[in-house]
Amino acid sequence: MERHTIAVLVNDVPGVLTRVANLFGQRGFNIDSITVGASEEAGLSRMIITTGGDERQLDQLIKQLNKLIDVISVTHLSKDPMVSRELALIKVDATPSQLVELNGIVEPFRASIVDIGPNSLIVQVTGDSDKIDALLVLLQPYGIRELTRTGCIAMARSIVPAAAAV
Amino acid sequence: MSVEAAALTNRISGADIGMGEVLTGAETLLRCLILEQVEYVFGYPGGAVLPIYDSLYSSRLKHILTRHEQGAIHAADGYARATGKPGVVIATSGPGATNLVTGIATAQMDSIPLVCITGNVAQHLIGSDAFQEANITGITLPITKHNYMVRDIRDLPRIVKEAFYIATTGRPGPVLIDIPKDVSNAKAPFYYPEKVEIRGYVPTRVPSDEDIEKFLQVIQAAKKPVILAGGGVIAANADSELLAFAEKTRIPVINTFMGLGGFPGDHELALNMPGMHGSYAANQALLNADCVIGMGARFDDRITMGRTKEFAPHAKIVHIDIDPAELGKNVATMLPIAGDVKSTLRKVLPLAQACDTAEWLAQLKAWQEAYPYRYKKVEGELKPQEVIEMLYETTQGDAIITTDVGQHQMWVAQYYKFKRTRSLISSGGLGTMGFGFPAAIGAQLAHPGRTVIAVVGDGGFQMTNQELAILHQYNVPVKVVILNNKCLGMVRQWQELFYDNRYSQVDLSNSPDFVKLAEAYGVKGMRATTPAEAREVWKEALAYDGPVVIDFQVTEEENVYPMVAAGNTLDQMVMGDE
Repeated sequence: MERHTIAVLVNDVPGVLTRVANLFGQRGFNIDSITVGASEEAGLSRMIITTGGDERQLDQLIKQLNKLIDVISVTHLSKDPMVSRELALIKVDATPSQLVELNGIVEPFRASIVDIGPNSLIVQVTGDSDKIDALLVLLQPYGIRELTRTGCIAMARSIVPAAAAV
Repeated sequence: MSVEAAALTNRISGADIGMGEVLTGAETLLRCLILEQVEYVFGYPGGAVLPIYDSLYSSRLKHILTRHEQGAIHAADGYARATGKPGVVIATSGPGATNLVTGIATAQMDSIPLVCITGNVAQHLIGSDAFQEANITGITLPITKHNYMVRDIRDLPRIVKEAFYIATTGRPGPVLIDIPKDVSNAKAPFYYPEKVEIRGYVPTRVPSDEDIEKFLQVIQAAKKPVILAGGGVIAANADSELLAFAEKTRIPVINTFMGLGGFPGDHELALNMPGMHGSYAANQALLNADCVIGMGARFDDRITMGRTKEFAPHAKIVHIDIDPAELGKNVATMLPIAGDVKSTLRKVLPLAQACDTAEWLAQLKAWQEAYPYRYKKVEGELKPQEVIEMLYETTQGDAIITTDVGQHQMWVAQYYKFKRTRSLISSGGLGTMGFGFPAAIGAQLAHPGRTVIAVVGDGGFQMTNQELAILHQYNVPVKVVILNNKCLGMVRQWQELFYDNRYSQVDLSNSPDFVKLAEAYGVKGMRATTPAEAREVWKEALAYDGPVVIDFQVTEEENVYPMVAAGNTLDQMVMGDE
């Protein structure tokens, strides 16, 4: 199933997240992740939704979202080059003696160790979903005690290469 | 609306509507309704709406006190369908609000403009599971076009203005406004906005010249075109444009159930209804067409039978709809046109030319003549179809007919040839039993001079028959025609056909004596059991200046034919009784 990233600009009013989430449930669309936060304009929030589905389902999803009164605009980000980021905090079973070894793993990912305890430490990583997944694979052998990931936030790139813009 | 216009609108009552006057939330709401040209409000009072009902006491708004909130909302819906104006309903919080749910979903499925006002507990109690508290905005979120909770009296006029605008523009639908009691009691200076601006809401869509050009090319090339005219024709008040377009291009018209009345049923180009219980000619037209022009029709599963890939297999599909989300939703469309039917046809009409359809029309006529709707008459036995034929003959297709859902609904669609738009009022999408009778009350109040007939089954009537009190209380001259087959007919039909005659829980032979029931409510009651009695009784009922309930005791085991069973394709029609 194809993955899609959609940006939905909405009025910042009570219940708007419920409206959007309800639409997915009502129409049988799946939400992989959803993030909501402030936008560049006061009174408006931007939701970034990652979802799966074929072209027809995506077309229908965008049209249905556009029908919601509190939705200002819907943009299919992943059809063009975009920047996407996710943040994860990973609590790994490890003692301070393993710090150097773990630093060697997280540094190439530009991740960092942000908390150290007697039996565990916390790794903070940002990047796209694939990068975080890759780091998780490497940390798995140590034992992942706790994992928390934000959904994806994304933005269209400012310059679209000619080939991609076609 | 300007202050001057507002004062003019309200001149009939002699009361001025002054801007800047300090009003309570309840008074504010009612002034907004008057400024929105609301005539009737249907509702039921309760604790959370006491401030509103207290203000109603001295308002010029006409309030109809139904006996159940479901009756109120169906009546408001019937008023809206009969007029095109928004229906307005008021209910209290909690159970009052939840009793509206069926009616809201009914309106949403059929794109009917309603403004539903519910009370709620005071804001400091919200979330505390207070007495009669229900999260009605949450409950109705999937079944409204939009809904609001008013948290500040200063927002109330804007919200009411927006609610009417949203309910009536674009693809119409129900909008709910939930007003906590403290907002109804609060006071603020009254100002009504002159216009609505809702960013991101684009209700008006006019097709591009390019779309119109492509559309013309498609129909000019077609040899076997057919128009599939849906409820969108009626919602857009595009019946005269459709008539002109069909006559100019010589393209035949299939009316979906929701589209019946949008094109005269007795016109030479009319093919009646398609789908599960549609006419043979209409279904053959779809099966053989090389071009299907959907106009405000959403290709639902009662027409496509859910077999969307096999639907109209040889046709290029043009789909005109005000709601872009309908384009391509159910069937793959060759030419999607986002626009309301009226404005689209107005653009097309001057450019359209007659199509070469003589041969196609001759074929369709042959199918119509060979396979008309038919049923077997039995001497002395009253057939339900015969009753509907009688209604048609005596009213010449000019009455407003409301229905519940089931066999009687399909017989109305088959045997009553609607000549005027907004004449069939029925729950098409949701299929709501109990809808027809209260909807007839709303339709009759909207059109006091027209004959309004509620055709109901003995099952559906018993879901809302307490509204008989309204007929008596307000002298609403609705003619209630009960096709009484002493069972849940359509369920029985499916049990006969698909469940080996295992008639599980469909026996209604212990229903009350409907004549006595009517009389208990102060309404004239009559009964007929034979064709001869039926004609006599109906003649008397039509001539009677007031409401009547007629218990037509019809053949019990009568089925609706033709029929395409769910899951089959349109070429698998069972023709039934010959």
